[in-house]
Amino acid sequence: MNERIQKLREQSLSAEPSISIERARLLTEFYENGEWEKLSVPVSRALAFKYILENKEICINDGELIVGERGPAPKATPTYPEICTHTMKDLDILDSREKISFIVPDETRNTQQERIIPFWSGNSIRDMIFEAVDSAWNDAYEAGVFTEFQEQRAPGHTVLDDKIYHMGFLGFKDEIRESIGRFETDKDSAADRRLEELRAMEIAADAIIAYAKRHAEKLHKMAAKEKDVSRRTELEIMASICERVPAHAPETFWEALQYYWFIHLGVITELNTWDSFNPGRLDRHLYPFYEREIEASTLTEGSARELLQAFWVKFNNQPAPPKVGVTAKESNTYTDFCLINLGGVDERGRDAVSDLTYMIMDVIEEMRILQPGSMVQISRKNPDKYLHRALKIVRTGFGQPSLFNTEAIVQELLRQGKSIEDARNGGASGCVETGAFGKESYILTGYFNLTKVLEITLHNGLDPRTNKLIGIETGDPAGFGSFEDLFEAFSKQLEHFIEIKIKGNIIIERLWAEILPAPFMSILIDDCIENGMDYNAGGARYNTSYVQGVGLGTVTDALTAIKYHIYDKCTIEITDLIAALEADFDGYDELKEKLHDETPKYGNDDDYADETAFRVFEEFFKAVDGRPNTKGGHFRINMLPTTSHVYFGSVVGATPDGRGAREPLSEGISPVQGADRRGPTAVLKSAAKIDHLKTGGTLLNQKFTPQVLAEEEGIEKLGDLVRSYFTMDGHHIQFNVVTTETLCKAQKNPEKYKDLIVRVAGYSDYFVDLGEELQNEIIKRTEHS
Amino acid sequence: MKDYLNVTGTIFDLKKYAIHDGPGIRSTVFFKGCPLACWWCHNPEARNPEPEPVDSERVRIRKYVMDPSREGTIGYEVEVGYILEEIEKDRVFYDQSGGGVTISGGEPLMQLDFLAALLEGCRDWGIRTAVDTSGYAPREAFELIIDNVDLFLYDIKLIDTAAHTEYTGMSNELILENCVWLVQQGSNLVPRIPLIPGVTDTKDNLSGIASFLSGLEGVDEVSLLPYNTIAEDKFERYQISNRLGRLERQSIEQLQEAGKLFEEIGCSVRYGG
Repeated sequence: MNERIQKLREQSLSAEPSISIERARLLTEFYENGEWEKLSVPVSRALAFKYILENKEICINDGELIVGERGPAPKATPTYPEICTHTMKDLDILDSREKISFIVPDETRNTQQERIIPFWSGNSIRDMIFEAVDSAWNDAYEAGVFTEFQEQRAPGHTVLDDKIYHMGFLGFKDEIRESIGRFETDKDSAADRRLEELRAMEIAADAIIAYAKRHAEKLHKMAAKEKDVSRRTELEIMASICERVPAHAPETFWEALQYYWFIHLGVITELNTWDSFNPGRLDRHLYPFYEREIEASTLTEGSARELLQAFWVKFNNQPAPPKVGVTAKESNTYTDFCLINLGGVDERGRDAVSDLTYMIMDVIEEMRILQPGSMVQISRKNPDKYLHRALKIVRTGFGQPSLFNTEAIVQELLRQGKSIEDARNGGASGCVETGAFGKESYILTGYFNLTKVLEITLHNGLDPRTNKLIGIETGDPAGFGSFEDLFEAFSKQLEHFIEIKIKGNIIIERLWAEILPAPFMSILIDDCIENGMDYNAGGARYNTSYVQGVGLGTVTDALTAIKYHIYDKCTIEITDLIAALEADFDGYDELKEKLHDETPKYGNDDDYADETAFRVFEEFFKAVDGRPNTKGGHFRINMLPTTSHVYFGSVVGATPDGRGAREPLSEGISPVQGADRRGPTAVLKSAAKIDHLKTGGTLLNQKFTPQVLAEEEGIEKLGDLVRSYFTMDGHHIQFNVVTTETLCKAQKNPEKYKDLIVRVAGYSDYFVDLGEELQNEIIKRTEHS
Repeated sequence: MKDYLNVTGTIFDLKKYAIHDGPGIRSTVFFKGCPLACWWCHNPEARNPEPEPVDSERVRIRKYVMDPSREGTIGYEVEVGYILEEIEKDRVFYDQSGGGVTISGGEPLMQLDFLAALLEGCRDWGIRTAVDTSGYAPREAFELIIDNVDLFLYDIKLIDTAAHTEYTGMSNELILENCVWLVQQGSNLVPRIPLIPGVTDTKDNLSGIASFLSGLEGVDEVSLLPYNTIAEDKFERYQISNRLGRLERQSIEQLQEAGKLFEEIGCSVRYGG
C-alpha cells in the first residue's frame, strides 16, 4: 500500500459517521414548490433525484483517484425523510447511543426541526406502512414474532451484472426511447403508466450524466490551481474520465471503476436501499479491461492495484444510513452489506478465476477494512490454489472473504426458475442471499422468530411477554398425547404467523410500488426498460420476496428437549417444564442442567436432534415457499439473522433447551452457542441435513483459533473441510479465527466459549479442555503471531 | 452379519477432524491400555486397560458424549460396529481429503482382537486406516493386522536400550525389530519422534535414530513432535507425579537443527503430527 492509499485509508478509518442534512434539505426544497403535484409519481421522483444531484456539494478528497461521495464528506450520511422522518428524539438517540452512533451537527438538528419534520411527518412511507397494516400484524410485530425490512429502508438487495461495462447511459437512453416508441405505437392498458416510468428513467439517466460532469468541472478547476505537476496530470485525467463515463461505455480499467462508482452513488442517493448496491462479479467484469490494458502496456499491475485500493476506500466512506427502532436492533452495524463476489463460473460454466481474482484478494487482505464486504465463490471447477489463497486471508482473522458454494447457488436459482446462464452469472449478496445479478429484484422482507412461535405454542396462542393472545388456540400443551401433537400445534402457529407476515408484505410491496418507485435503479436491472416497469413494481426479469428464518438451532434444541425428556424418556412432566420456563429456571437448577447437558443437541451429527432441525426447516419452507408476491414472483425462504438473533432472544423467555430468558438465540443455521461438542465435521454434517437448495441462502459460522490454520497443512485441511461441506450442498461457511483478546475472555468465561478449538501442538482440542497453564502458553503464542 | 461387528474393546475417546494424525481429515480412535510408562506420557489416563471412574468435576465435563450414562468414567467399552458407524459419518471428509481413520491410544495392539476386527471392518467398509503405535507388541500381533493397515505412525523414542528401559519401562529391542520387519514387508511407515527436552532431543539420540533409519529402505519421511506441556497439565489434573519437572518447548532453531539430521539421510521432515 503506497502513501496515497495509506492516507485515504486512514482518512476513512478515522472519519466519524455523522448525519448530513443535505439530501433531506434538497429533497424538501424540491417538493416544497408544489410543482410535483402536476406530475406522475415516477417523474416527480426522477426530478427530485436530478435536483439533488444537480445541487449537492461535490466532494473530492486529497489524493483521490476515484471520486464521488454520497454526502458532503466521508461518512457524512444522508437521511431519507420520505422513507423515515426522524423525530428529534431519534436524532438524540442516534447522537448519543453507545453503539453505531452518528454525530448530529446543529445544522442538521435545526433543519430537521424547522423544515424536514413539518413537511414530511405523517407522509413518510414508514408512517403509511404502520397505518396500513392490520392489528394482527402490529401485535405480532410488537411481540417480536417478525421484523419488517421495508419500514425504514427501501427494497434494494440488488446487484449489478456486466451491462455498464458495455454501454454508457447515452446507450441506456436509446433503449429507453426505443421502449417509449414501442409503447406509444402499441398501446396496452398500462401504457400510460409505462410511459411515465420510462420518462422518469430518462430523466434519471440525464441526472447521473450531469452529476459526473459536475465532478469533471470541479476536477478541471482543481487541476488549474494544482502546483504539483503529477497531481495536476492526474486531476486532468480524472476530469476527462468523468466527462466520458457514465455517458459512454468505459474503455479503461480506471474508467470502469469510476463508472461503477457513479452508479453506486446514484442508487444509494435515490433511496436508502438495503444492502446498498453492489458491482457483483468484479473480477470478471474488470478482467477484459485489465487484460487489454496490461497487454497494451497502458496499465501496470501496480497502478491497477492502486486503483482498486482507492475504489475500496470509497465503499468504506459510506456507512449504512442511520437506523432506528427494531430495524436498528435487527441490523446493528455500520456495514451496508455490499458484498463483492469473486471466482465461481462464467455463463458457460467455466472456471472464472483469473489473475485479477488473485490481485483483488491481495487488495482485500491489504486494505483490511469493514467495507466493502467480500466473498469467494468456490466452484468444484475452481482450483485449490484459489481456495487456499482465500483461506489465508480468512486466517488473518477479520472475517473476509466469506466462502460460498457456486454449485449450490446455481441450483438454488434454477429451482426458482432462472435460466442456467442467469444462474451462473449470479452469486450471493448482502450476507448470504442468492440472486441473478442484474436481472432480479430479490427483497428481504423481514426476520422470522421461529423460537417465539414455539413459546407461543407452549402458551396456547398467548404471548407471555405482552400477555396478548396473538396466536391461535392450539390447545394446552398438558393435553398433548405425543410429540407429534405438539409439533402439529407448532406447525399451525407457524402457518398462522407466516400468513400475517405475508399479508403485511403484500400491502407494503404495493405501497413501495405506488409511492416510491426507483427509476434510476430500474435502468440498471433487466428487464425494467423493456417492460416499462419499475424495479419496485415488478419490472425486473425475476422478482423474489424472502422471509428469513432465525434461531433454527435454538428452536431445534428446544423441541428436541421436549421430545426426549417429556415423550421419549418421560423424565420431565410438561407442566413442570412450563413452570420452570416461566420462572426462568429459578429454583429449577436440576431441571435446567438436565435440559442443557443431558439432551441430544443439533450440531453433533446426531440424527435424533438433527431430524428436528430438518422438520422445522421443512415446515417453514412449506409455509412460505411458492406463495405469489405482488410482482409476478414468489415468496421464498432463507436462513440468516444479521443481529436479529440478539433482538429476538430479548423477547423470548426461557426455552426448553436450557436457555435463560432474554439470552440471544442461535445465529444462522449454526448450532446453539456451545452446544456443538463433536468438532467441526459434526457441525457441518448436521447443518447439511437441511435442504440448502430449497433456500435463497443459509449462514453457517465456525470459530477457530489462528493456530489451527497456522501451517500450510492446516489451510489444506480447512480447504478440504470446506469442499466437503459444499459436496453436501452447504451454501455458505465462514470461519472466525480468534484473537488473544477472545482467548482471554474465554478463559474468564469458559462456559460461553465451549466450542472454541485450539491447536495445542501436534493436535487440536477444545480450549476449555486445556489446563490453565497451557491456555496461558497458547495465549502467549498468539501474541507473538 | 459380519463377525467383527460384535467384537468389543475399550476406548477413551473418538475424535473427529483429527488433522495431525496422518494424511487428510481423519477420525482418531483412542484405545485404552498401554504396556509402556513413558515419563512424558500425554495420555496417562490411557495406561490402565480398564475403564476407570473419575470424580473430578473437571474431568466429568471434559468430553461431551452422546450417551450420558458414559459420563463419569475414563474409557468405555464399545463394539466395533458402534465405532464403524461413528467413523462412517465422516466419510465425505475422508473422501475429499484422502483421510481416514487413525487408531491411537494407549497402545492399539494391546487390544489385538479388537484392533484386528476394527481394521477388518474399515477395510470392508472402504475406509483408509493408520495405526499409531509404540511398536511394543509381539511380531505375531503385527502379522495379524499388517494387511489391513495403510499407514503405521511408528514411535521411536530412544535408540539407547538402557535409556529406553529407564524412561519407558521397557526395552526397545522388540520395537526396533518390529520396525525393521514392517519396512521389509513393504508397509508404509512414518517414524514419529517425540522431542522431550534433555531426554530424546539430544544430538546423540537423534543421530542414533537417524543412523538406524538410514539402513531402512522405504522410510522417506519422519515426524518430529515438538515438546508441549499438555502432559504436565494432565499430571496435575490426575495427580500423577511428574518425574521430568517443568520443561520448555524447543525453539524453531533447535527444531531445524534436529530436522537436519534426518534430511541428511534423505527423509523429508514434518514438525508436529
